[in-house]
Amino acid sequence: MTEAGLTMLNRTADSVARATPEPLARKVRGISDKGLAWLFISPTILLLLAVNIFPLFWAIYLSFTNYRANRPNEVVRNVGLANYKRILGDQDIWIAMQTTAHFVFWTILLQTLIGFILAWLIDRKFRGHAFWTTIILVPMMLSPAVVGNFWRFLYEPQIGLFAYAISFATGIPATQIGMLSNVSLAPWSIVIVDTWMWTPYVMLICLAGLRSIPEYIYEAAEVDRASNWRQFWSITLPMALPFIMLAVLFRGIENFKMFDMVNLLTGGGPGSTTEVASITLKRQAFESWRTGYSSAFAIILFVAVFGLANIYVKALNKVKQR
Amino acid sequence: MSLTSAHSVVAPSAISKRVAGTIIVLYALISIVPLLWIFATSFKTPPDSIAYPPKILFQPSLEGYCNLFSTRTRQTPEYINALGPATDICDETVRKRNMVIAGPSNFMPRFVNSLIIAFGSTFCAVFLGTLSAYGFSRFKVPLADDLLFFILSTRMMPPIAVAIPIYLMYREIGLSDTALGMILLYTAVNVSLAVWLLKGFIDEIPREYEEAAMIDGYTRLQAFWRTVLPQATAGIAATAIFCLIFAWNEYAFAALLTSGTAQTAPPFIPTIIGEGGQDWPAVAAGTTIFLVPILVFTILLRKQLLRGITFGAVRK
Repeated sequence: MTEAGLTMLNRTADSVARATPEPLARKVRGISDKGLAWLFISPTILLLLAVNIFPLFWAIYLSFTNYRANRPNEVVRNVGLANYKRILGDQDIWIAMQTTAHFVFWTILLQTLIGFILAWLIDRKFRGHAFWTTIILVPMMLSPAVVGNFWRFLYEPQIGLFAYAISFATGIPATQIGMLSNVSLAPWSIVIVDTWMWTPYVMLICLAGLRSIPEYIYEAAEVDRASNWRQFWSITLPMALPFIMLAVLFRGIENFKMFDMVNLLTGGGPGSTTEVASITLKRQAFESWRTGYSSAFAIILFVAVFGLANIYVKALNKVKQR
Repeated sequence: MSLTSAHSVVAPSAISKRVAGTIIVLYALISIVPLLWIFATSFKTPPDSIAYPPKILFQPSLEGYCNLFSTRTRQTPEYINALGPATDICDETVRKRNMVIAGPSNFMPRFVNSLIIAFGSTFCAVFLGTLSAYGFSRFKVPLADDLLFFILSTRMMPPIAVAIPIYLMYREIGLSDTALGMILLYTAVNVSLAVWLLKGFIDEIPREYEEAAMIDGYTRLQAFWRTVLPQATAGIAATAIFCLIFAWNEYAFAALLTSGTAQTAPPFIPTIIGEGGQDWPAVAAGTTIFLVPILVFTILLRKQLLRGITFGAVRK
């Protein structure tokens, strides 16, 4: 496979440039290479420290307090680990985590399956494949918030196109297809929209994987009279696997954080059936104004994303080395 | 990557090609229907937009676009008849519903906010990103891998988790609901993408070019300016478009940190309300106008798309 890849995930990636040869460096007038390097890099680091890291530490501090952002004048009390303890015992939080798990599991499963099949078909290079591939890619470039909003229209039970199409196909009256109001259908409504939107993403990465497989391997398999089926299972799939896993990693992180599309499509409802973790977090932080409590939850989520991603990257590197 | 340069799997048969083509075309058509439907809805009248069964054929109308750009008040027919002749097509359309145009809506200012914030943050992110990427690509930076990983990890945080302290911080220093605050925030989010993508692009430019320029007497800075930047233009442009798309589409921060003067289009569009519920043609019109730039960019970016969405991890 191409060394394409995964450099970003691999902290020991391609070494970051050897220094300029000594004689050349000495010739440089004015600012030294070392000075220039820091001059170029430090603004980015400073910005990230100010806008990302400082707030993160502030959130860590707040997570140990009872601070409420809507009452800035109240005395802030240190409550130790109380917020964390309450979160771990909070029934609503566990339900939100289950909702998130359902959403992440099914979106990833469907997107990987459909995305890989699409890529595998496109790799046949039929006439006009480039044009149709571009059409397929469009949904993933759109704003998730705007997508969530207009799918709310498509899902409307009476007037929506989706309900109409389903009732046309199945004969169930369109008024009974309340994707967003039915408690058992709502969790699937967000899975459907996310799959519609992000399958092209997985497809594109899988396509790169399929195209990275050198032709001679297939030629050798032909010589050995390996069946198509056999070729698929022992060449195509294993060689595309690192790419598939990369796509799963990216989608997994993104969907674990999912907020915008779901917020506009269902707002977490009906009740809290589609309340994924980020929606719970928003409700706690910006509706109930439990700033300390929600900061603790935010830290837990961040650690979870980070931890899972790290474990996954290790697995990914193992696959890559095989 | 190039969508046209696939390797040919050892001679796929004509039939398998045809079957694959049919399935792909079907999928593409079905997946594009929701977008076509929104586009069509933007040209419907409000009654047509909520008709059952959904109307595929309809008399096109500009009412959605008129409603999107204006606020209207209901008046008695006598009052409307007493007015002079309608001045433009929108005037005429709304009068048929016993309304008169009261003034411009908030859509234009929100759209302009989106433009200012998206372009401002993209410029800053690409500027900082290019410098950093060059630094990481060409110099021995201590702990380079750790710094690069740190830059990337800032992107893994859930936006709402970041928004809580940012909300408090901005409230303290007066950046709440300002374009400057949003530009700073989007720059910070985008700079990680910019550094990772641009480092890949700059790594691909042979360092011999700069070395030759420096032997000719250029300083390092001049060599960067005269040889590296011109070579990296295509990569910088692709990176800029990715940053632009992110900032243009972003919703979570915008919804939580802006409410009025600096609000962007994504949190505004869902709030467009007509009489008796959401004014779907106006929402569809706003959505259409909002999505057109993205469609153009997607077509422009076709070949770099893969690289952009994987932070440069997959290059071909």
